[in-house]
Amino acid sequence: MSDEFLTLATLIGIAHSGVRLATPYLYAALGEMFGQRSGVLNLGVEGVMLMGAFTAYYAVYLGGDPWLGVLAALATGALMGLLMAVISVTMQAEQGISGIGLTLFGLGLSSLLLKVLVGAPVSVKGFSVWEIPGLSAIPVIGPIFFDHNVLVYLAYLLAPASIYVLNRTTFGLKIRAVGQNPEAADSLGVRVNAVRYATVILGSSLAGLAGASLSIGLLSIFQENITNGIGFIAVALVYFGSWRPLGVLAGALLFSTINAFQLWMQVLGAPIPSDLAVMLPYILTIVVLAVGVKQIRQPAALTKPYERGE
Amino acid sequence: MQRFFRSPRLLEIALPLAAVFIAFAIGGVLLWLLGANPLEAYWVLISGAFGNLNGLTSTLIKMTPLLLVALGICISFRGGVINIGGEGQIMMGALAATAFALWLRDLPGWLLLPLTLLIGAVAGGIWGAIAGILKARLNVNEILSTVMLNAIALQLMNFLLRGPMLDPAQIAAGTNVAQSETLPKSVWLLRLAPPTLLHSGVILALILAVLVYFLLWRTTIGYRIRTVGLNPSAARYAGMPAPFYIALSLTLAGAFAGLAGAVEVTGVQHRMLEGLSGGYGFSGIVAALFGKLHPLGAIPASFLFGGLLVGADKMQRAVQVPSALITAINGLVVMFVVASEVYVRRARRRAGREAAEASLKIEPNVHSVQTTAP
Repeated sequence: MSDEFLTLATLIGIAHSGVRLATPYLYAALGEMFGQRSGVLNLGVEGVMLMGAFTAYYAVYLGGDPWLGVLAALATGALMGLLMAVISVTMQAEQGISGIGLTLFGLGLSSLLLKVLVGAPVSVKGFSVWEIPGLSAIPVIGPIFFDHNVLVYLAYLLAPASIYVLNRTTFGLKIRAVGQNPEAADSLGVRVNAVRYATVILGSSLAGLAGASLSIGLLSIFQENITNGIGFIAVALVYFGSWRPLGVLAGALLFSTINAFQLWMQVLGAPIPSDLAVMLPYILTIVVLAVGVKQIRQPAALTKPYERGE
Repeated sequence: MQRFFRSPRLLEIALPLAAVFIAFAIGGVLLWLLGANPLEAYWVLISGAFGNLNGLTSTLIKMTPLLLVALGICISFRGGVINIGGEGQIMMGALAATAFALWLRDLPGWLLLPLTLLIGAVAGGIWGAIAGILKARLNVNEILSTVMLNAIALQLMNFLLRGPMLDPAQIAAGTNVAQSETLPKSVWLLRLAPPTLLHSGVILALILAVLVYFLLWRTTIGYRIRTVGLNPSAARYAGMPAPFYIALSLTLAGAFAGLAGAVEVTGVQHRMLEGLSGGYGFSGIVAALFGKLHPLGAIPASFLFGGLLVGADKMQRAVQVPSALITAINGLVVMFVVASEVYVRRARRRAGREAAEASLKIEPNVHSVQTTAP
């Protein structure tokens, strides 16, 4: 029985699913990373993802192009990011709690809109798989990495893009300064709250896109609470990756590969109760949070609202 | 008069009410945009929850788990730790209570019922303690760990209710609905007003609210929990073992949520089933925040939000407005309440400044008294 599970085809299948399933985590976690690097913990990712997933789905449901769905998700994410920024940056609300509010809001509103505007969910024609010519023909590597929809490829391009923005641009420098020492940044003329607005709105737009990558990318349908905790895991992945894009990328891949392994074992009928197998990624997250996070790298001003001294 | 309107204390009561009002106004606009009649929907909601005896008893039934969870939230938030793990703690409490009552079903009720409730609280407490100890020892962010523990508890529940704890009658009938066997009648909570389903759990929750008030404001442990929450470094400087109180407050929060699960099992469902936690782990946070993290404030708050849950069901049935609306409104309430804190802080600072200025004005007199004294 064991050789049945460990064929090359199975391993390629698991790796392919792992690469694919990492997509929503990548968008959401890399976006969240920008906010956290500037000192804002946005715990509302889950709610933003749900709204992004719904609006993208609804745009396509009404007959729009999938790219229109992406735009709708980005815009929805940006709006919810604006709301979060007003409450957490301007009004200086406790970030651990305001984000839970945003999550409840997104959860409730997306179910409400689904029931009123669509009724029973039907599947739509989202992004289809685009095999990259040439590359997808490479044995083993091709089917694992180059046999996905376009939102999957974009998610992986986002990691190097994030490294570039954070480390090689003035905006990135400002983000890091504001997250590490807002007083000093302020005294050098950086508008602390403006930078935080920008990162929260950027991160939230990406969370919206993460939702779209589920509803019109991986699944082609929207259901109530379709994200099922992905948004919270994305927040954990930022800690997991010690606030570095490559760390986040590694975490997302590890997490999604374990998930893929678990799904494949179910499909192949491995003798493990599926409910217990589903626990694995969550237990792993707790373990890694306990032993793997380099606390020293946590932005010093994370969750601390900034108020100018008088 | 102006000072009265800007006093921190009045603001603390007025702002949550304003937050609820604004959230409902936004919800109303949304309903109107979606083509529903918001006034009609809200009327059904309010009259359904509070307008008749049936609605009121349903509200009290929903209030019970909310209040219990909210009490735990008051303790943990006062202790400076954010417990998002209510859902998982409720499930663990309910699962343990059910398993225990079924295992020792032959014990007399006077012994079995209190033990069952206790086991529920202990199981929830352990689930909270995991996050608490991880936070205290390894500085693991408790928000993230409690969210993960929710997911783990959910899977554990799915596993137990489909396997080891599945009702034998379900297996025999071949229906396999994921629920446990019915609990022995001896462990059912007393019905207060038959034929309504109101049970004595609500009295237990009210008594505990008073006890939590005493714990937090009249005992050393409570004083220390609050000090650690307000200023961990000052607490450490004063020789308090801050990590211990961090772990303790999450454990207590878990225990109250676990008790809520046990009360739902013994008072309402009389068995364990899927969906028993019913989102109380999250709406309990809303109620606690609305009650300004005060155990006695949590009483009217859970009554209000329990009523909204009842009313939302009625609204869904009577005017086909999905009850998810209330989840969205709850989310807005949470955001607005924590955002409005900034006004309370400013009012306090202003009051402090005015007091300082007033004391400066008296100072010359003090000096003159001292100089004229021989």
